[in-house]
Amino acid sequence: MAKATQDSNRPHKADVGSAIPNHDLPPIPGRYHADREELLEFYRRMLMIRRFEERCGQLYGLGLIAGFCHLYIGQEAVAVGLQAALQPGRDSVITGYREHGHMLAYGIDPKIVMAELTGRASGISHGKGGSMHMFSTEHKFFGGNGIVGAQVPLGAGLAFAHKYRNDGGCSAAYFGDGSANQGQVYEAYNMAALWKLPVIFVIENNGYAMGTSIQRANAHTALSERGAGFGIPALVVDGMDVLEVRGAATVAVDWVQAGKGPIILEMKTYRYRGHSMSDPARYRSREEVNDMKENHDPLDNLKKDLFAAGIPEAELVKLDEDIRQQVKEAADFAEKAPLPADEELYTNILVGKY
Amino acid sequence: MAIELKMPALSPTMEEGTLTRWLVKEGDPIKAGEILAEIETDKAIMEFEAVDEGVITKILIPEGSENVKVGTAIAYLGTDANDVTLDGASAETKAEESIPVAPPAKTEAAAVEEAATPSLSKVINSAPEIPEGTEFFQQTLREALRDAMAEEMRRDDRVFVMGEEVAEYQGAYKVTQGLLQEFGARRVVDTPISEYGFSGIGVGAAMEGLRPVIEFMTMNFSMQAIDHIINSAAKTHYMSGGQVRCPIVFRGPNGAAPRVGAQHTQNFGPWYAAVPGLVVLAPYDAIDAKGLLKAAIRSDDPVVFLECELLYGKTFDVPKMDDFVLPIGKARIIREGKDVTIVSYSIGVSFALTAAEALAKEGIDAEVIDLRTLRPLDKETILQSLAKTNRIVTVEDGWPVCSISSEIAAIAMEEGFDNLDAPVLRVTNADTPTPYAENLEKKGLVNPEAIIEAVRKVCYRK
Repeated sequence: MAKATQDSNRPHKADVGSAIPNHDLPPIPGRYHADREELLEFYRRMLMIRRFEERCGQLYGLGLIAGFCHLYIGQEAVAVGLQAALQPGRDSVITGYREHGHMLAYGIDPKIVMAELTGRASGISHGKGGSMHMFSTEHKFFGGNGIVGAQVPLGAGLAFAHKYRNDGGCSAAYFGDGSANQGQVYEAYNMAALWKLPVIFVIENNGYAMGTSIQRANAHTALSERGAGFGIPALVVDGMDVLEVRGAATVAVDWVQAGKGPIILEMKTYRYRGHSMSDPARYRSREEVNDMKENHDPLDNLKKDLFAAGIPEAELVKLDEDIRQQVKEAADFAEKAPLPADEELYTNILVGKY
Repeated sequence: MAIELKMPALSPTMEEGTLTRWLVKEGDPIKAGEILAEIETDKAIMEFEAVDEGVITKILIPEGSENVKVGTAIAYLGTDANDVTLDGASAETKAEESIPVAPPAKTEAAAVEEAATPSLSKVINSAPEIPEGTEFFQQTLREALRDAMAEEMRRDDRVFVMGEEVAEYQGAYKVTQGLLQEFGARRVVDTPISEYGFSGIGVGAAMEGLRPVIEFMTMNFSMQAIDHIINSAAKTHYMSGGQVRCPIVFRGPNGAAPRVGAQHTQNFGPWYAAVPGLVVLAPYDAIDAKGLLKAAIRSDDPVVFLECELLYGKTFDVPKMDDFVLPIGKARIIREGKDVTIVSYSIGVSFALTAAEALAKEGIDAEVIDLRTLRPLDKETILQSLAKTNRIVTVEDGWPVCSISSEIAAIAMEEGFDNLDAPVLRVTNADTPTPYAENLEKKGLVNPEAIIEAVRKVCYRK
């Protein structure tokens, strides 16, 4: 979807057939049939991410959020669709530094996420992590990692633990098209396939590794096919459609839980904003961005399904007002919450006392 | 003409070995390349093959013989018809044509062995934590390390060992010998050569609640994985505001090994000890190795555990205790003295002890501190000793710049200045990559003579 030139938005298998002879391949996922409540819940979560991130942009401009801040606007359907297929408290998740949306997709209180962004004691990492380093052990969410690609072997390690304990859980390791060129990704692919680890490798392909387009950084741009050498099947999914994502997620979870080893989901998505707050994104045309916003927006896409399910526009407007209110409260909270105590500089370095 | 077949050196550290099995018998004709015997080195069981054609005229060392020194004649190979009398006594030796063997002269490993086994009058042979009256038994450092892992694996199913050649090969340095047989492939995991990847997998597994012991074949290769050790393992507890824990041990041989060149000779103690969020251990003897490795595995923090290849085969007294765990962060006074404090760790301790013994003959009574833990550093023990002796010499098998020695010098200045009667001197390896040539390597590595010289200086002798 990066260039919006894909023939079909329907999920399709990566072309790995010849590379994986006689390999059992996953079925083509169906677009998920959500009931009314589920549709509304997807919409609510995606809209929460959208409004939350818009507010982050404002707070950054006001100097309340500092450092690096990577917004998830445009990619909402990926985290929300995937998250909905995982079992809270059993399955684990890890991602890179563009993770505010993932936290919110879990239903984590936007107040403590926003308070982390403003560096407050009540932030989810007590103000010591910041935008790129948020974690929730309660939700088995392992960050929030600032080193591009590091989350991929870490995510395979989470899956290693599930398999070791035989607890039925799996892990999802999200990474971008930029990460896909890190060598450690392929070390992780190899071991995950060798040991049949229950890990879903989710490539959030938004078309740009910071300012470098996928065409300028990759000898072969079909990232989904890179697992073929390790016998890892892949599905290419329209990451702008939450129901397609949700459908593919079911296939992926079933696949890894059946003990068949890892699977790759290449989510074709797009980020509307720059790489980070300081990126003017001059490496792509206004037309390209506008086309994605106008014709492929994940919220607009879902609206069609909501209307088809008989949900009136007024209900969505009301929902938006509620969410704006929640986000405003989160921002107020994050602005007024106290800074961490000075002593916190020296806490949480080691667990043990030696 | 008969050739004397000699016990070969089949590893960089091999001094002697076991002649496990003869595959030929007297009278057998031999072709070049034929396997003659199996020899167990300090690392593995190796095949010993013939270089020349001939007939085995005499087997001098029967199979099953242990502690056969490198260079010992083990058989005669007759290479012409006159030799084939099965009479070894008439055989001549022709050493230059026989299997290449290690130089019979004292190798570095032998020197280390000697240095590490001085008959030291004032050396305290047990850690202070061991109760009086405890029985001891003899064990090599590598056996102590293996037992530490095995005991912790029996105790806690979350503990597993992962690394290159740790399972089926039985450990590149035989430290994991027998673990696969006892615990199976689920818990003793052979990896591909992917340090960055398997270290990340280990850290992820630790975050999810397991207790991985990651073996690096040598710590030199940990540089491939240093991002996961520092950015993923050391920092996550802090970055998550205390939520996420990473109880993992990264272990492997560290520091100098004989004649392996620059890329395989490096001490990572100062590197890792610089990082908040890591615990760094570098024991010297088998007592501390066992007690501290068990402590490392039980720790809730990421631990870098630095071993010494040159000491793996050395035998020490180890306490007979059911569950011997040592405290992290406590140095050990391994020799008491009053005139000067020599602070060291890992193999440097053996050089320090040798130097101390020589110095005693000159009337200088040296106290030797084995740091054991490099982070968090036991400043108190160093400063208390300084208050007693008023002099510090540091000894480190590593580079001088930004070293543990530098740190101790800084601590002595900042917190013990009034007790110093002389500048702190650092005895370290040369500030160069490690050369291969025997003479250059020897010149560049820390040694007892350099320590003696430094001690004389701080004591204002000669």
